[in-house]
Amino acid sequence: MNTTVLPDELDRRLIIATQAGLPLVPRPYDLLADQLGVSAEVVKARLTAMLESGRIRRIGAVPNHYAIGYTANGMSVWDVDDAHIARLGETIGKLDFVTHCYERPRALPDWPYNLFAMVHGHDRATVLAHIDEIAALLGPDCRRHDVLFSTAILKKTGLRIGNDG
Amino acid sequence: MSRPAPASLDALDRRIINALQGGFPIVDEPYREVAASLGTTETELLARIQRMLEARVLTRFGPMFQIERLGGRFVLAALAVPEERFSDVTERVNALPEVAHNYRREHALNMWFVLATETPDGIEAATRRIEADTGLKVFAFPKLQEFFVDMRLKA
Repeated sequence: MNTTVLPDELDRRLIIATQAGLPLVPRPYDLLADQLGVSAEVVKARLTAMLESGRIRRIGAVPNHYAIGYTANGMSVWDVDDAHIARLGETIGKLDFVTHCYERPRALPDWPYNLFAMVHGHDRATVLAHIDEIAALLGPDCRRHDVLFSTAILKKTGLRIGNDG
Repeated sequence: MSRPAPASLDALDRRIINALQGGFPIVDEPYREVAASLGTTETELLARIQRMLEARVLTRFGPMFQIERLGGRFVLAALAVPEERFSDVTERVNALPEVAHNYRREHALNMWFVLATETPDGIEAATRRIEADTGLKVFAFPKLQEFFVDMRLKA
């Protein structure tokens, strides 16, 4: 599932046709098929194949966190022992209030943290309580941590391919 | 882009948001199928998705591509922006199409953005361009390991 499969020309055209969104019409795959000059069966088969290979995570909606009430968004960052990061990351990633969890490189001396976990909540107190839960789970394997609350969305467009034509 | 206030959503809106964060069917009439499972009509479902997209309750609706498996790259990066230059630097950074998301955060590293490019080389070029345009050092934090990603949040 971790293999990279470069998109062929039709996949690429399908990505460009849907990256702004799936058409909001009763038969969206038929409409895409018309746009791409292929049959709806081909469109559905390509999308299914990309889902199965993990090239599409899922087809669905991305809610604006703020608009659905998650007004507090904290990027929690942890300096944990590299020898245990795989086990610790799995544990933290499974928590239902953590939406993303990654190992990233440190940038010493400015940035000592190697584990990033995004925590969302309805207010800061809730997020901070979740941070305490993570700290308790990490225990002595964590040397220090911080939480960076977001105070403004400056841009949110998602990836766009095909900018170069 | 300003932060919207929490929207007023009714129970059906919330059920739609929760349902649409799962797998959307790849069938001829997918909206009809989802509408039936929610006890509403296809017309109502389409109208509500449209309205929530326009109100920016939903930032998008469609396939979420895992660009790294398509040959592209996503990299989280940060800048320490002097306060008096914040809006100018925001404008310069956001001007790059490679900048997919950008957030202000409370820290010495106060601007955090995601660079998304169709090829691995694009990241390096975008990083150099931001450093040249702003005179600030870009801290890049490419992911080394992904533990779990489920961006679903219950509405």
